Parts: sequence; structure tokens; C-alpha cells
Amino acid sequence: MWTTITQITPYAIIFTIPLLITALGGLFSERSGVVNIGLEGLMIIGAFSGAFVIFKVNEMWPDNPYVLWLGILGALVAGALFSLLHAFASINLSADQVISGTAINMIAGALTIFLARNMTGSGNIELTGFQPYNVPYLSDIPVIGPLLFTKTYDTTWLILLVLAVSAYILYLTPFGLRLRACGEHPHAAEAAGVNVQRMRYIAVIISGAFAGLGGAIITLTYAGQFTGSVSGLGFLALAALIFGQWRPLGILGATLFFGIASTVANVSQVIPELAVIPPVILKVFPYVVTLIALIVFSKTSRAPKAVGEPYDSGKR
Amino acid sequence: MNRIVVSLVAVLFGLLAGAVLMAVTGHNPITGYSYLFEGGLKNPERIGNTMATATPLVFSGLAVAFAFRTGLFNIGVAGQLLFGGFCASAVGLNWALPKPLLLIVMLIVGFLGGALWAIVPGLLKARFNVHEVVSSIMMNWVAYWTVYYAVPAYLKAQYSETESAQLPEAASLKVPFLTEMFDGSFINLGLFVAVIIVLVVGFIINRTTFGYELKAVGHNRSAAEYAGIAVNRSIVFSMAISGGLAGLGGVALYAGNASNIQIGVLPSQGFDGIAVALLGANTPIGVFLSAMFFGLLYSGRGFMNAMTEIPPEIADSIIAIIIYFAATSILIERLIRWFIRRRRANTKASTSQEGKVGM
Repeated sequence: MWTTITQITPYAIIFTIPLLITALGGLFSERSGVVNIGLEGLMIIGAFSGAFVIFKVNEMWPDNPYVLWLGILGALVAGALFSLLHAFASINLSADQVISGTAINMIAGALTIFLARNMTGSGNIELTGFQPYNVPYLSDIPVIGPLLFTKTYDTTWLILLVLAVSAYILYLTPFGLRLRACGEHPHAAEAAGVNVQRMRYIAVIISGAFAGLGGAIITLTYAGQFTGSVSGLGFLALAALIFGQWRPLGILGATLFFGIASTVANVSQVIPELAVIPPVILKVFPYVVTLIALIVFSKTSRAPKAVGEPYDSGKR
Repeated sequence: MNRIVVSLVAVLFGLLAGAVLMAVTGHNPITGYSYLFEGGLKNPERIGNTMATATPLVFSGLAVAFAFRTGLFNIGVAGQLLFGGFCASAVGLNWALPKPLLLIVMLIVGFLGGALWAIVPGLLKARFNVHEVVSSIMMNWVAYWTVYYAVPAYLKAQYSETESAQLPEAASLKVPFLTEMFDGSFINLGLFVAVIIVLVVGFIINRTTFGYELKAVGHNRSAAEYAGIAVNRSIVFSMAISGGLAGLGGVALYAGNASNIQIGVLPSQGFDGIAVALLGANTPIGVFLSAMFFGLLYSGRGFMNAMTEIPPEIADSIIAIIIYFAATSILIERLIRWFIRRRRANTKASTSQEGKVGM
């Protein structure tokens, strides 16, 4: 049993990380009052841009050791730029945020494959991503060594750092307080001198950058290629946001749950203890649990009060 | 502002953006578009294929539009369509009935399957105020995995693990006279069902008390409740009917255009339904017309891809961009107003100039 757990855990963490960073992006956006259902599309943009940058840089300077990080940076920037479409529609034009996000998803899905086909013909971009490694010394610690410090990626530690920094910014800085105020009571925030529109722009751009990062991490860790889809992980990140009740640690727990559940479902057939359970139950499990969680939390939901509402300064 | 104008301008912008995309990636937009439209309209077979491609989109568009009218965003059409199609296929493969009867039973079962899938988010919304977007996305994935395992287990094809068995002739919406009329196209009875349903939905929304109540809930939930409308019941009914329409789309897709179910894909028609509804301004006729237009893009893209180097995803890109412009209709409205004002200012300026000359 212990060997099984130590075998599964590294994969569960690898799967959790892109979800975590995307959900964290969603946290910024929703806390400022903008629903970003376009996370899925922004992840695809990130996955593509990362692969695109690496593909091009490899052509120009082969064997560049920093090429993967350039890809990550490209994904970050592309996600941020693309999210401006959503920010413009939902903040300046008071468009329905869910529809605008859906449009982002559709544009991203179609456009990236269109561009990838122009590059490679098949629409898939294959590349060599980050290599997993065991952290020296730390991986020898009993119990947590094999769980946390084996087969790990640099990106995992980067994202955990981002999580800590985000939590600090949201809860312990004036900027974070203002951002959260825009999502709870934008009129009060404005009365206190906060530029609600600018705040929301910043938050949506952060969500785009984070989602782009998440997409690139999928390409560069477990997927190893860009395929034109992130298989609904962006939507799962949205669910994790609700599941985690719009709090950083809650999100960490929720995404870890999804990571473990998905990994267990994926490997269940080769593990005797799990092979007795029909695979469909394991596959459906995270989604059903989310539905149940939605019901459980419905009474005590901590959703930002103004989330999804276009801000109209003159409205009372 | 007239919704038709907004939709047309959105389409125009989408096509322009598509042209820019083609040009930027080194293709000739005029050649691209001429092959795209030729591919959808060149001969009877291609026209038939265009209309057939549009048929599931009519249903999924109606499904989204119907829920929209009650203020619900049904993003779970893909799952409802898949599950409805699955239920209908199960009936088609297992029941031996005369063709007309079997098709009617399949349509009913497809409707019920889709409705069942949509009732879950509907109930959660009505009873617990759970946002239907998240719950119906979850239901999409539940449908995906259920069908993924149920098809090989119960409806397995003889030689393939990834698709269901071929439906028998009696369970197919394809009929010889239509196939012959359109020179071997895969057009089928689904189109006629779609036309009937468009009329029925139009009637329900515009001419019945039930439709009025649904719209009232969509406009203002509190006001509707105050007026004595059973809001929660309306929400559940609206979702159920929306899902049922999606389920009919599943029958049209899997028993009409195709003759079996491929596993491992959420049907893209479900998400395209959002685009269709939005472009069609949530009216049944608008949905029908925009589904036909999208059907044209989808059915012509293969020919365009064969004749040029342009990847077929250009069609999807154009549709997605159209939707962004339709979603940001305020932008278009402002643009039109600005344009009208400028023209007025121009005419005024020129008349005043003429006046000066006269002096």
C-alpha cells in the first residue's frame, strides 16, 4: 500500500500544479468581481505559446539551456495579452462575462490549432519538456521525502512560491484589500478612492497570465506536446475555485483533491486494490463530488458578492 | 438597436478577421473564401451536406436559446446531446420496430435522455441556487465518462473499441428519397424534425402562458415570483426542455449524420450551440438561420482545405470571432451610432457649406 502511495503521489502533484496556478488566476479575477470562464481557453493559449516560443527558439539557437523558461515567459505574456479581450468586453463594454469567457474559449481552441497546423501540419507540437528529478538530501527524508521530493519539477516549486506570494498579496497588502473590495462592494471601493476598472483590469490580466502559465506547465511536464486542448482542466480549475471557497489554501486543497482523484482513476487498472472498482466510478468521482460540494456550500457560499456583475459607477 | 443589424455586422467582422488570419499566415483570402463557399454550395450533394451539418446545430442552438430566455446559461448542451444520442442509439440497436415507429421512439428517448441530464443542474439551481454553469460543466464530464465506458460495454461495435455498433437501416434518419434527391448527401429526416421543432419552440415562447412565464423569470426573477409565477418550477422545466432539445440534436447527429457514436469526444456541436444561439439573438428563426450559416462554414472547410493549404480550423476561428463580436454587441452598437452621427455631421457640414456658397 505504501509503495502504491509513494508511486502515485508524485504524479498527483504534477497533475495538481497546472490546476492550482490556473485556479489561483481565477481567484484574482473573481475576487475583483469578474467571472473568468475563459480560463480553459487561456490555458490553451499558454500551452500553445509556450510550445511556439520553444519551437522557434530551438530553430534559431539550438541547445539553448534557457529555452524552456523562455517558453514559460512567452506563455505568461500571451495569456496576459489574450485576457485583455475578456477584460475589455466585461469591464469596458459591460458584456455578459460568461458569454465573453465562452467566446475566449472558442477563439483560443480554434486559433491555436489553426496556427499550429500552419507550423507543423498535424496541429501537434512535440517538444522535450522539463525533466523530473529527485531533490538531493531532501528526498532521503523518511515519509515526506518519497512523497514530496522525488520525481519533482522546478515548476512545482515555482508555483508553490507563487501561491504563497499570492496569498500574501491578497490578504496582507493594501493592494489585495482593494482588489477584494472591488469584488465585494465596488461602489464602496470607489467611494474610498479605488479605481475599480483599473483594479479589475489588473486582476483579469493576472488570471490570464496564471492560466497561460498553467497551460504551458501541462505542455512542459506530463503532456510533452501541444495538442490543441487541455481536456477541460480550465473548467475544473473554476470548480476548484468554488470548492476551495475562494481562498488560497482552500484552492490548494481542492486542486490536490482533483489531482489525486484523477491520478487514481488513471492508474487504477494496474493497482490490484483499485482494479476491483469499475473505472467509470473513479473517473466520474471528482465531478460528482464537486456537484455535492456545490450543494453543501450553497448555504454558506463565500462567493465574492459582486462577482459577475458589470460595474456601473452611476448605479445605486 | 436592431439585433439583426448587430448580428450581420458581427458576421462581417468575423469574416474580415478570417481574411486577415488567412493573409497573415500567407494564404490568399479571396481564393480561400471562394473555395469555402463553393465547398458548401457547389452542387446538390454539397448543399445537402451543408444542411445536414447544420441540423444538430439547430437543435443545440435552440437548446441554449431556450434556457437563455429563462435567464439560464446552459453550457452543458454537449453532455446532454451526447447522453440523449446514447440513449436513442441504445434503443435503435436493441428494439426491432418498424422504421417510422422506431424513429419516433428514438426521438422521444433522445429527448428524455437529454432532459434527464439537464434536470440535474436545473434542480440544483432551483433548490440550492447552485450556478448552472459550473454544475452543467460537471455534468458534461460525467456524460463523457459514462458514455466512454457504457458504449464498449453495451453497444460495442464488432471490430472497434472506440465506437458503438452501426445502427440498422430502420433506426437511421437517412431515407433513400432524400439521399437520392441530393445526389448521395448525408442529409436526413433530422432536418425536417429541426424545422418542426423550430416552429414548436417559437410557438411555446411567443404564444403560450408557459413561455411567457419562462421569459418573465428570465427578465426578473424577483418580479416574476412577486407576480405569482412558480420560479423554481420554471427553472427546472426550462432546463429540462433545453436538455431535451439538445438530446434531439444527439439523435440527429448520431442516428442521422453519423450512424454510430465515437467515444472519447464531447461533441463540439454542444458548444457551437452557444454561438448559434447568440448570433441568432435567441429567437428560433435566428437560431435556424445562424445554424445554416455555421453549417455552411463547417461543410465548406474540407473542400477549401483540399484545394488550398489553409487549415480547416479557419472555420472554427471565424465562428469564434463572430461570437466575440456578438457578445460585445455594445461595441458594434456604439460603432453604428458613431457612424450615423458622423454621416449626419457630414451632411450638415456640406449643407451649411452650400449655404455659404449661396450667400
